[in-house]
Amino acid sequence: MNEIGTFDILGPNMIGPSSSHTAGALRIAFIAGKMVEKPAAVRFVLYGSFARTYHGHGTDRALVGGILGYHPDDERIRDSFEYAKEAGLDFTFEENFTDKEIYPNTVDIYVKDENGNEMSLRGKSIGGGNAVITRLNGVDVDLTGNYSTIVVQHIDKKGTLAFVTAVLSAYDLNIGSLRLYRESKGKMAYAIIEVDTMVTSQVINALRGFEAVKNVLLVPAIDLD
Amino acid sequence: MNFTNGAELLEYCEKENKKISEAMFERETTFLEQDPEKTKAKMKKAWSIMQASAKKPLKENIVSMGGMIGGESRKLHTLRENKKNLCGDVVSKAIAYAVGVLEVNASMGLIVAAPTAGSSGVIPGVCCSLQENYGFTDEEICQALFNAAAVGYLITRNATTAGAEGGCQAEVGAASAMAASAAVELFGGTPAQCLDAASFAIVNILGLVCDPIGGLVENPCQNRNAMGASNALISAELSMAGIKSITPIDETIGVMYAVGRSIPSELRETSMGGMAVAKSACEACAACEKQTQK
Repeated sequence: MNEIGTFDILGPNMIGPSSSHTAGALRIAFIAGKMVEKPAAVRFVLYGSFARTYHGHGTDRALVGGILGYHPDDERIRDSFEYAKEAGLDFTFEENFTDKEIYPNTVDIYVKDENGNEMSLRGKSIGGGNAVITRLNGVDVDLTGNYSTIVVQHIDKKGTLAFVTAVLSAYDLNIGSLRLYRESKGKMAYAIIEVDTMVTSQVINALRGFEAVKNVLLVPAIDLD
Repeated sequence: MNFTNGAELLEYCEKENKKISEAMFERETTFLEQDPEKTKAKMKKAWSIMQASAKKPLKENIVSMGGMIGGESRKLHTLRENKKNLCGDVVSKAIAYAVGVLEVNASMGLIVAAPTAGSSGVIPGVCCSLQENYGFTDEEICQALFNAAAVGYLITRNATTAGAEGGCQAEVGAASAMAASAAVELFGGTPAQCLDAASFAIVNILGLVCDPIGGLVENPCQNRNAMGASNALISAELSMAGIKSITPIDETIGVMYAVGRSIPSELRETSMGGMAVAKSACEACAACEKQTQK
């Protein structure tokens, strides 16, 4: 268990009205926004309480703000729809009331860049502005965004992980956690690596230099305070 | 230095002759290894956001996202300015500021969750009012906020501050206890008196349910923040007068947690009971309309 500090109690500093429906939703979309080069179109599918109350909680505006890369205390969130139009970002919302088994504050996000590359993820808002990504392009994962996170999308092939850790070691990065997820043997796989320090674009480029690696994404940590 | 319950905190304060705020600051900078200057700067920032959120509704017209609240803070300030207020200036201002923060929160403005967004009006309400009426400096208020954080930490660690888990008594109750304890420290009360005030605040609203209309943080949340602020001031006054709590804070927190768990789930933020299902409340709420259509 993480120890509770002063600003876990007096905080986060956030745009209201609800840490789970606004700040937590934004955090999921923030991560989704980093999954493609420049988001051009995004589709949100809302479940449970998110689907029922997203207008009144401003969940929709928070989600769009997250795609735009805003932090949870950014006063532009309220007007994020207008800012999205300026940025050339299309967005749509769908409500799903049929899937009842799902965690109540869940959203699926499908994000596309200008070249039509698409990524999808599922996130749940777990309270206090925190969130977990539970699915990435259909693969079950576990990603919080509490740390700088590197996502290495690769073909499930021998030697990939050795390459990844060698690069991180060469750039003197300390790995906080590293987990592997895959669709199935020999298919698409994801290495999700949380690190304690800043990650430069050189690291990301170096990680791309291996045949089995298809894409490398960086999700910077959000400081909620 | 670390403490995990009220008894340990009190023992430390009494042995070292320290205030609760000092103990909390020490825990932050030693046990949690946070930089002292950065910690102070963060508190200063939190306080400035609290003040701005309490005072914004005086300058701007605010309409909430759900459309159920907006303008209440200004009405309360106007009543007092016209000398028509029933409560004295301290309580009158505290409730006016508390409801104002909830307006800002419900309109997607910037607030400090203290300890939650739904209870974010209580502490700013009490602190802004005490500052204006008694002239406490920003430094004194920031110091007292570490005291408030200590009480919030005890409740979070040993029970809950989530309405979904413990009802409104856990959210506004916690905020009220935090504000009561901070107020006692500002007025020179002992650490024991601070924690007694926190106990009073919790016990006074023990069992209060969480039944937000339409699932939104608007009504009855807003008025309950006003109640939480006044309850904090009442509790602080009881303690400053020398009245002692029958239960130590740890026991009070345990009682609150047990009561919270015995509240039916319909009355814990699910909007399936209480005010959330009152006919008139649903008619007034656009979100409910949407919900019944589905």
